[in-house]
Amino acid sequence: MAEVRFMIWRGDADRGEFQDYDTEITEGMVVLDAVHQIQAESAPDLAVRWNCKAGKCGSCSAEVNGNPRLMCMTRMSDLPFEAPITVEPIKAFPLVKDLVTDVSWNFEMKKRIKPFRPRPPDAEDGTWRFDQVDADRVQEFRKCIECFLCQNVCHVLREHHLHDEFIGPRYLVNVAALEMHPLDTENRLSELRSDQGIGYCNITKCCTKVCPEHITITDNAIIPLKERVVDEFYDPFRKLIRLVKR
Amino acid sequence: MSRFAIHEYDVLVVGAGGAGLRAAIEAAAEEASVGIVCKSLLGKAHTVMAEGGVAAALSNVDDRDNWRVHFADTMRGGQYLNQPLMAELHARESPDRVRELEAWGALFDRTDDGRVLQRNFGGHQYPRLAHVGDRTGLEMIRTLQDHGIHQGIDVHMECTVLRLLKDGDRVVGAFAYERETGRFLVFRAKATVLATGGTGRAYRITSNSWEYTGDGHALAYEAGAELIDMEFVQFHPTGMIWPPSVRGILVTEGVRGEGGVLLNSEGERFMFEDIPELYRDSTADSPDEGWRYTQGDRDARRPPELLTRDHVARCILREVREGRGSPHGGAFLDIAWIRDKLPDGEAHIKRKLPSMYHQFKELADIDITQEAMEVGPTTHYVMGGVRVDSESQMSTSVPGLFAAGECGGGLHGANRLGGNSLSDLLVFGQRAGEYAAAFAADHPHGEIAEEAVEQAEREALAPLERTDGESPYALQEELEEAMQDLVGIVRSEKDMERGLEKVLELHERTRGVSAEGNRQYNPGWHTALDLPCLLVVSEAVTRAALLRKESRGAQFREDFPEKHAEFASVNSVVRKGASGEMEVRHVPVPELTAEQKQIIEEMG
Repeated sequence: MAEVRFMIWRGDADRGEFQDYDTEITEGMVVLDAVHQIQAESAPDLAVRWNCKAGKCGSCSAEVNGNPRLMCMTRMSDLPFEAPITVEPIKAFPLVKDLVTDVSWNFEMKKRIKPFRPRPPDAEDGTWRFDQVDADRVQEFRKCIECFLCQNVCHVLREHHLHDEFIGPRYLVNVAALEMHPLDTENRLSELRSDQGIGYCNITKCCTKVCPEHITITDNAIIPLKERVVDEFYDPFRKLIRLVKR
Repeated sequence: MSRFAIHEYDVLVVGAGGAGLRAAIEAAAEEASVGIVCKSLLGKAHTVMAEGGVAAALSNVDDRDNWRVHFADTMRGGQYLNQPLMAELHARESPDRVRELEAWGALFDRTDDGRVLQRNFGGHQYPRLAHVGDRTGLEMIRTLQDHGIHQGIDVHMECTVLRLLKDGDRVVGAFAYERETGRFLVFRAKATVLATGGTGRAYRITSNSWEYTGDGHALAYEAGAELIDMEFVQFHPTGMIWPPSVRGILVTEGVRGEGGVLLNSEGERFMFEDIPELYRDSTADSPDEGWRYTQGDRDARRPPELLTRDHVARCILREVREGRGSPHGGAFLDIAWIRDKLPDGEAHIKRKLPSMYHQFKELADIDITQEAMEVGPTTHYVMGGVRVDSESQMSTSVPGLFAAGECGGGLHGANRLGGNSLSDLLVFGQRAGEYAAAFAADHPHGEIAEEAVEQAEREALAPLERTDGESPYALQEELEEAMQDLVGIVRSEKDMERGLEKVLELHERTRGVSAEGNRQYNPGWHTALDLPCLLVVSEAVTRAALLRKESRGAQFREDFPEKHAEFASVNSVVRKGASGEMEVRHVPVPELTAEQKQIIEEMG
């Protein structure tokens, strides 16, 4: 179809630069195909993380022409070929090598979230009953493939590096999925307000825009959680009750 | 050995898909110290790609269902080559394993009265697959992951096991490398569970992710374990075929379960033309009856699109060969037509098959609510695996070594029913974890010979030290081509002999590959280290397929197109002979119990 020039970031934590690669693009190719082709043709040690190549595992996140994307779901035919196509690693996490970053921080954040705690079973056989509509709202959050693109674009993490104080949109969605789970009885609001730092989010919706699963992160997950936190801790009436109780 | 980081566990689990995570959770619940090693990041294993659902006779949708029917369906699907006790345990225990997931937070789709909804699937007599739209695997792995990380299990991400380490006959540890740094690790373990999944990367067209290089199969084989039923490789009838770069990506059977039909270029529903004897009584004889079945009419029989996967795959090939294929060499799968039947058809399709809608829209520019998909067979699953004891999942020949999920063999016989793999990995993951923990409680740590570790290290580093060898990528591609063309869906002695020759030649050439660059996150080097596993698996598939001179289940041989009584109740067993050569033989399928026999007589 066409010979296309790529500029791919090569390097490690200490240094790196864009390197040029030319490769032949054929019908239907996605960026990940091109990266693999370059690997097989001329850069065998080019590091790239990938797995399913079907948009289901969330491994191949990168910035293509500056846009945070899953490489396996970015079609070459949607990109302009006139200028070289840049492919570089996501920015919110330390670089390991080439297109691979150290995302282990995310797995640590997940551990900080209190686990699911269901109400006692509804039926004698140990099972529960709830309606599909109650599942629907949470199923949206459970579509998350943990690609961390939302973490990558969140300015609290990307620009301000507040990784110690804020768990990021991915894990706010995770908390929302638990808090709104029809069977869950745990309360996670106090941590949300304190060490998970929900207050840092100023709802710019960057996360929602890049979500490859089209989860309405800000409107459906973060804002309702913020409201719950406000109700719990800043409602003057509740404050009064708490004072009286004390 | 002091050069290596050493980790010590009661139970080491290799692989963190559904089976590995379930095994690790169970072993930890039995108070074992547990380490789990995964080739990718946690939660990204191939299980995420499972779409249709998990088979369990919960009888929430049809109260005629029970474990006996599930057992009979599984045995029929496997052409009675299944290990009968595994099939029975699987059918009996899968409902509890699914309910347990709900207790850990999984959110399955609901029935009108609020219970877990179940859908129809090929080969299952009643609606049996608990599901979450068409992303059941993601729901399962996330549930197991989110539960598992609070059980005190150590997780070694992006870490690949290269060799099992032995003390006498027993497996007592493993040698591995970390992807990120290229550093080597030694694991000491009282018991080791292999849960590495399948082998699809040996073929060019596959639905499998890059990890599926048969590591567990090959590690076990090299450690002296037997592999069973390796000739049976499942080709899923519906993979994407266009554009070329997405060729092989799975199109869930759920599309057909929801009413999708297969059409040839002349617009005919060709599946009605060839219905195997074994399924004639249970298959619809008109399109209308088939449609009613998909909509839950209990008196209707299933449409022929939901016949077993091997049969549907061959029917598609027949249409293509006889000149009635779709433009890119497959068949049309049409779900859009149900808009004529359902008032809210378009929304219904999007709700029931959201990731299929998404996948076709983004990768092929096709709106499946408006037009048909083009599909064709893709390598999907290997029924063969490590030969294990049916109850404990311990290798029949290597103590301390367990296998579960796709990497274990025996449950599915000659062919697997859709939905039975997710239940397989839960049921036998749980069992492997339980019995591995028990084994660890009864056995002290073994001794690891320094020499074995050093030899493994030398072999692993060799590709980096060579400078003028062949490219590992090129060799893998050659292997994929050979297996696809010569040991694929339609097989013959002549082709397979050539295939075997090629595999053996590649074995030799692999000893001379070189990988450029250093040890840090170097995919060329990783590919060089995956190759030996792929070659063991390819050789095992080919040798076992040559020995079975008949067509049965997933194996179709054009030189022996019929079933033969001689092969009706034998399993192939592959092992490494004393001289290092691969040996393959047939062993009888275990006898059925009186109860099993009765069930099969009634419903088989």
